[in-house]
Amino acid sequence: MNINATLIIQALVFFVVIVITMKYIWPQILGAMEEREKKIADGLAAGDRAEKELNQAKAKVDTLIGEAKEQASHIKDQATQMATKIKDEAKSDALAEKERQLNAAKAEIEQEANRAKEALRQQVSALAIAGTEQLLSKEVDAGKHADLLDDLIKEI
Amino acid sequence: MASGEGGAGEYISHHLQNHTTELVEGSGFWTINTDSVFYTILLAVIYLWFFRRVAKKASAGVPSKTQNFIELIIGFIDQQAKDIFHGNSKLVAPLALSIFIWVFLMNFMDLIPVDLLPWLGTLVGIEYMKVVPSTDLNITFGMSFGVMLIVFYYSFTVKKPFALGYLKEFATHPFESPNFLVQSILAIPNIFLNIVETIAKPVSLGLRLFGNMYAGELIFILIAVLTLNYGWADAFSFKGATMGVVQFLLALAWALFHILIITLQAYIFMMLSVVYLNMSHETHDSH
Repeated sequence: MNINATLIIQALVFFVVIVITMKYIWPQILGAMEEREKKIADGLAAGDRAEKELNQAKAKVDTLIGEAKEQASHIKDQATQMATKIKDEAKSDALAEKERQLNAAKAEIEQEANRAKEALRQQVSALAIAGTEQLLSKEVDAGKHADLLDDLIKEI
Repeated sequence: MASGEGGAGEYISHHLQNHTTELVEGSGFWTINTDSVFYTILLAVIYLWFFRRVAKKASAGVPSKTQNFIELIIGFIDQQAKDIFHGNSKLVAPLALSIFIWVFLMNFMDLIPVDLLPWLGTLVGIEYMKVVPSTDLNITFGMSFGVMLIVFYYSFTVKKPFALGYLKEFATHPFESPNFLVQSILAIPNIFLNIVETIAKPVSLGLRLFGNMYAGELIFILIAVLTLNYGWADAFSFKGATMGVVQFLLALAWALFHILIITLQAYIFMMLSVVYLNMSHETHDSH
């Protein structure tokens, strides 16, 4: 129970232990702890930032999709209009063509008919003259009875 | 296992006696308590080795379970030191850690069965020893005076002007007066009170730990005395078996309670050291 030199030794060991702890133990461990703390804080901050960015991106995507939809419907409307227009044009063109061709056909037919009539008339008049000549044996003068013959031809 | 033919008195005194080595023949002071010094250094080495092992591998990544455990302790001590010590010092927190773990380990020696290590000692020819360093007044005083030396160092260097700032506090506190003459008279009780206080600090710090551990160890020894001089043969007699069971239960109860005490005492020693260090950094002018 006496106080003796053990006290001095203990005090010296005490200082050595403190110095070792101060130099080789405390800073390393506390440093690691603080570094980890910082890492975690950074990680959380990055997470928050990423979430914010994600939300922004989502909003942007939404607006883009909206715009695209609008544009698509606009294009569709335009296409429909265009289609209708083209159809109408084609229809009117077709009708016009039909009219034209019909008219041309009609004109040709008429022409053809007239020509046929004319030829027929010529032939009939020639026949009639020939027939009449034969009947009347030269008594009918073609020159004299031209009016008569023309009337006849018209009647045919 | 109990030591031979001696009575309870001899058994107890044997357990509370230090194994000593005299450095200077015949002088009381120049003696070393070999057992205390051995165990205290052994425990210091265990503490430093264990913590250094973790410190070397300490990484900011995912910590291992050991590192986690150490970090828990260090985080706790750091918080405590920051709460109490308001200055900025690289020394205080490591000092607190050293004291807490080291004193805890010393106290923990109390929980090792009282006869185990002395019995092992007898096998190598050491007749008696004291295994709990903190039941040696030299050890607790060695640390408390060590703390006070650091406190003095800071008191002298922090309080400006060098040394005078600290000495001035001796004369001007706790009683102060704006009048110089009155203050001169008040300086007498002031100086007296401060000297008492300054001496009381390390003495109470060391004695508190010593007293608690000594009493705890004594109770363990007294419990062990219950079956003193009983042999293996007595284990089969009614009396021997009963005493054995009673001793076991008492020792268990006291050991469980003691876990609390040893931690608490280590904690108190640490906290008071930090408090004293904080006082050495604070000037009284602030209030």
